[in-house]
Amino acid sequence: MTFSADLSLAIPELILAVGALVLLVGGAFSPRSTFAVSAAAVVALLGAAVATATLPVGTAFAGGLISDAAATFAKVAIYVASAVAIPLGQPWFERRGVKNFEFPVLILLAALGMGMMASSGDLISLYVGVELQSLALYVLAAMHRDNAKASEAGLKYFVLGALSSGLLLYGASLIYGFAGSTTYADIAVAVQGGAETGVLFGLVFLMCGLAFKVSAAPFHMWTPDVYEGAPTPVVAFFAAAPKLAAMVLFARVLAEGFAGAIEQWSQVLVALGLISVAVGAFAGLVQKNLKRLWAYSSIANVGYALLGLASGTEAGIQAMLMFMVLYMVDVTGFFACLSALSRGGRSMETMDDMAGLWRERPWLSLAMTVFALSALGLPPFSGFWAKYYVFKAALDAGLWGPAVIGLVGSVVAAFYYLRLIKVMWFDASPGQTDKPPAEAGAIAIGLAVFAFPVVLIALTWLDPLATRAAQAFGL
Amino acid sequence: MIQIIAFYLMAAVTLVSGFCVVSARNPVHSVLWLILAFFSAAGLFVLMGAEFLAMLLVVVYVGAVAVLFLFVVMMLDVDFAALRQGFARYMPVGLLIAAFLAAEMILVSYAVATNGAAKDAVLPVANGGSDVTNAEAIGRVLYTDYVYFFQAAGLVLLVAMIGAIVLTLRHKPGVRRQVIMDQVLRSPKTGMRIVQLKPGEGMDQ
Repeated sequence: MTFSADLSLAIPELILAVGALVLLVGGAFSPRSTFAVSAAAVVALLGAAVATATLPVGTAFAGGLISDAAATFAKVAIYVASAVAIPLGQPWFERRGVKNFEFPVLILLAALGMGMMASSGDLISLYVGVELQSLALYVLAAMHRDNAKASEAGLKYFVLGALSSGLLLYGASLIYGFAGSTTYADIAVAVQGGAETGVLFGLVFLMCGLAFKVSAAPFHMWTPDVYEGAPTPVVAFFAAAPKLAAMVLFARVLAEGFAGAIEQWSQVLVALGLISVAVGAFAGLVQKNLKRLWAYSSIANVGYALLGLASGTEAGIQAMLMFMVLYMVDVTGFFACLSALSRGGRSMETMDDMAGLWRERPWLSLAMTVFALSALGLPPFSGFWAKYYVFKAALDAGLWGPAVIGLVGSVVAAFYYLRLIKVMWFDASPGQTDKPPAEAGAIAIGLAVFAFPVVLIALTWLDPLATRAAQAFGL
Repeated sequence: MIQIIAFYLMAAVTLVSGFCVVSARNPVHSVLWLILAFFSAAGLFVLMGAEFLAMLLVVVYVGAVAVLFLFVVMMLDVDFAALRQGFARYMPVGLLIAAFLAAEMILVSYAVATNGAAKDAVLPVANGGSDVTNAEAIGRVLYTDYVYFFQAAGLVLLVAMIGAIVLTLRHKPGVRRQVIMDQVLRSPKTGMRIVQLKPGEGMDQ
């Protein structure tokens, strides 16, 4: 393949990289024009999404970059989710006196890293993509630097993220040592008829590192603290797109590199998924802070996505992709609601703050109710369809036990979602809330409309796209 | 023969200085031991025929990173004795984990020793041909096959730099900065004022 043909497959990455560099220089020369930088960053992200959608299928850079239906599906979703994060976050920071043009630039670079993860075909691009994404997220978590909790969140995220990168690298080096190559295609050849101890050893370390990044239990310890401390719009960003990127990466490494060791990794995924569902459901019951609550909810939801992947079938990967995209809508919408709400200039983050909210903010309460019911998995909201796909795939693959445990976890978790709804609609309000900012309210209500009823139409075109994406993995 | 002696000598120095890095009481001594460890590791690279990597190790790690460490250690007033206080308390757990890791490593090495690498492994080619030097071999792939990884790694460093600036740079109000443009654009009209003073009276302002 010629060099220019290689480059033509990397057009979305080039748009984002060049965009980030230009905006960085532009921002450095006129630091006050944050609005222009944000708008240009949104345009760059949407441009990259369009460019991704029109890319041909192929591999570039000696297998480092893969362009296929799965990469396209994931990257379009990632870039659009990142584009939503900028209008949600930049005004939030400016209202709190942090007028940084670096916020959109860091989102661009994080989106670039996530895109690299979703289309990586080599352990090196896997690692570089993960690092690019995580480093940008550490900075975003601590960006509200005068807030002690945000700094704590950034530091915790950084230290535990560095530890997980260490695990991931150790696993990658073992795999390289035993399989003799870093590209997934060559690894697949080496593990064709069952993997050796050494390769499996490396694979387990690699999976532990990735489990940290998707916050699957028992590697979830950082999630509640980081979600609680980090700025709410930043949480809305990093609870959604990075998880999709890491899950697609998970699917790609396992399906393309380790298809020969499917029994082994399927067991690990079932264990990770079930522990996550249990931890997310039970630990969520005692949470007072809504950001912590949704951190546990996200742990449980990642567990369901992992169960879908654990089926090890095409339907399982399709279920995982559908689940993650529908879940992204829920979690972004919920945190958009939270970032819109404040009382007397103080963010409303606890369950008690939400008491009687519907009298003052009926639309936002309605949106939050939709997101809670959807995360609970009540038909006909989007979360129901997400779980439907996962459980169907798990049952078809014969994972009866895990599916039943997953359903039980879902019933337990219903308690805290329903309690939030009860508090919002039936308790007495403790006082006046501030007028919600227009952009956060608009994003929240738009996403709620997607969660129901637009999802019923969207499913008809998401489903074939996800099916085509899952076929690209060739399981 | 001389190569074997050199290998054992440098390997021993690497191990001993690596141990001293973590056991030295004075953090400045730790950094100096670290430099020694880097040097002997560079020597090991030369023995393996990777002279370019050896040069990089000396130039980048000894020349830049270790000196930076030295600066940081000397400028930060960290009480390392206090940091070490829980050492005895955590030692049993640490030793247990170390034992587990060692057992796992031995297991893996045993697996390699008995079975070799994976059956259909694609063995990496260390040197493209005997007439190609290290630097040339790396240079051939760095901006062709590996350009994607290389540039992306550059972006990772860029993010680290942006992060360091965003999290630490503070613009203090009331600091007077030199603006060269303003200085150059000054003319007698803007730079001075002619005041007629009557004898016996001062200037009011």
